[in-house]
Amino acid sequence: MKQIYLDHAATTPVDKKVLNEMMPYFSQNFGNASSLYSLGQEASLAVEKARKQVADFFGAKEREIIFTSGATESNNLAIKGVVRAYYKKKKNKPHIITTTFEHHCVLNTVKKLEKENLIEATFINPKKDGVVDARDIKNAIKSNTILVSAMYVNNEIGTVQPIAEIGKLIKKINEANKLKAKSCQLLFHTDATQAVNYFNCNVEKLGVDLMSMSAHKIYGPKGIGVLYIKKGLNITRIQDGGEQEFGLRAGTLNVPGIVGLGSAIEKVKSLRQRRIRLGRKKSKIDEIKILRNYLIDKILKEIPDSRLNGSKIKRSPNNVNVTFSRVEGESLLMMLSQEGVFASTGSACSSGSLSPSHVLLALGLKPEETHGSLRLTLGKNTTKKEIDYAVKVIKKSVEKLRKVSGNVLEDYYKVMKHEA
Amino acid sequence: MYSKKVLEHFTRPHNQGVIKNPSGVGMVGNPTCGDIMKIYIKVKKDSKKREVISDIRFETLGCASAIATSSMITDLAKNKTLKEALKITRNDVAEALEGLPPIKMHCSNLAADGLREAIRDYREKNSPCGIRTTEK
Repeated sequence: MKQIYLDHAATTPVDKKVLNEMMPYFSQNFGNASSLYSLGQEASLAVEKARKQVADFFGAKEREIIFTSGATESNNLAIKGVVRAYYKKKKNKPHIITTTFEHHCVLNTVKKLEKENLIEATFINPKKDGVVDARDIKNAIKSNTILVSAMYVNNEIGTVQPIAEIGKLIKKINEANKLKAKSCQLLFHTDATQAVNYFNCNVEKLGVDLMSMSAHKIYGPKGIGVLYIKKGLNITRIQDGGEQEFGLRAGTLNVPGIVGLGSAIEKVKSLRQRRIRLGRKKSKIDEIKILRNYLIDKILKEIPDSRLNGSKIKRSPNNVNVTFSRVEGESLLMMLSQEGVFASTGSACSSGSLSPSHVLLALGLKPEETHGSLRLTLGKNTTKKEIDYAVKVIKKSVEKLRKVSGNVLEDYYKVMKHEA
Repeated sequence: MYSKKVLEHFTRPHNQGVIKNPSGVGMVGNPTCGDIMKIYIKVKKDSKKREVISDIRFETLGCASAIATSSMITDLAKNKTLKEALKITRNDVAEALEGLPPIKMHCSNLAADGLREAIRDYREKNSPCGIRTTEK
């Protein structure tokens, strides 16, 4: 059976060249990067090469790159590490600002700190188009605010947040505070996990102090990620053990993973350079974007009662998120899977927690509209032929499920109205 | 994660659709949780004057297990007397489907409730004094 993978925001296949570069570090050069003999030093050299590759891509220094197990750990370290460091010097409760539609690893970290009574938190809602207004963040800043954490690209709806704009306004506030001789510096963290493939991740340009990413979203291996930590920033480790990663992340380094991450980021970099050399029209990013627009237009045209969630313009080139009325997403996913099309949904029924997508709810969608959502995320190898096949299968499945559901939703509201 | 039987009933549901002029209708679930199920029954008296479900159909908006349990309840209840049909439990439905994922046992396993609602609706409409027994 055909297999059409349209879930690249969930994970990506490891690029063959990336895999080849990783291979020697499993059984041959297997040394511990902390060991002093040559086998260990070979591993250490490979790690430092990858660190440089990442640092170059972020426009950062090597000393500012910390390898972690992935974006979840990076986000935990960024937020908890900053709060811990704060309490080493001060006692009054600090304030953190984030958004309501962050990935759970940011949202739940902030909520937990709030529950433990360690912080106050403000959650900023995005506008209906899935984009946060930088002014809303500015207005939420208080005298005890120590951190703003806002994602670069939303993982469900692909909307792009004004990170550079937020970075600028935070810089301004910090400069003003300096003049007033206020010691509390406001830090800015972004989770760039979904952005690395397609957007500028230069930390200077973005004005970020902390930035997280994960290798498996960019054709690298799973289980490895990065936290960029600006030099001189006040942060404390949250995992105790050895002195790896400048004392900020204890644990034997995942050498093959790190090599893979460096190699994957190198591939992203060379695609960008190709884009600059050959012009936009010939670049992979723009090819994906053209295909994505084709997919959006085809779905909205061919399938009645469907709509796009989130801005079409301020959107990652690879993301499509649509809602089909009178259809439940998990059953749609199952039906697509039987035809070899792999996608994802914001429906509660597909989540382990049985709660509907907090991202779509934040956009103001009704629960049944979140249940009927479908996310399709393209990759660098997605073809037009695959899109055509996928739309054919989606259309057929939506029709079938609508037949099964008949008028129950309408009937339900009629009864409710009658009883009210 | 789903059994073969669930996938069979999900892919090719039995007795899907509506009954015109049904003897009873039951609607359970809600849009917030994601599953809404409507069960239609036609009740006839057999030669021994017992009330028998002669036809049963369903409409369901919901996940794969919600659709599969709807399909299964129609198989389990068809041609049963009302007394027998009322004995069908959520567990019976899950067992007939060779099991449901634990997380789905509660939320999507609504079919037995839907059938009971349909029978209640039928009995209300046909109560001897013609009065609805659970008037709101």
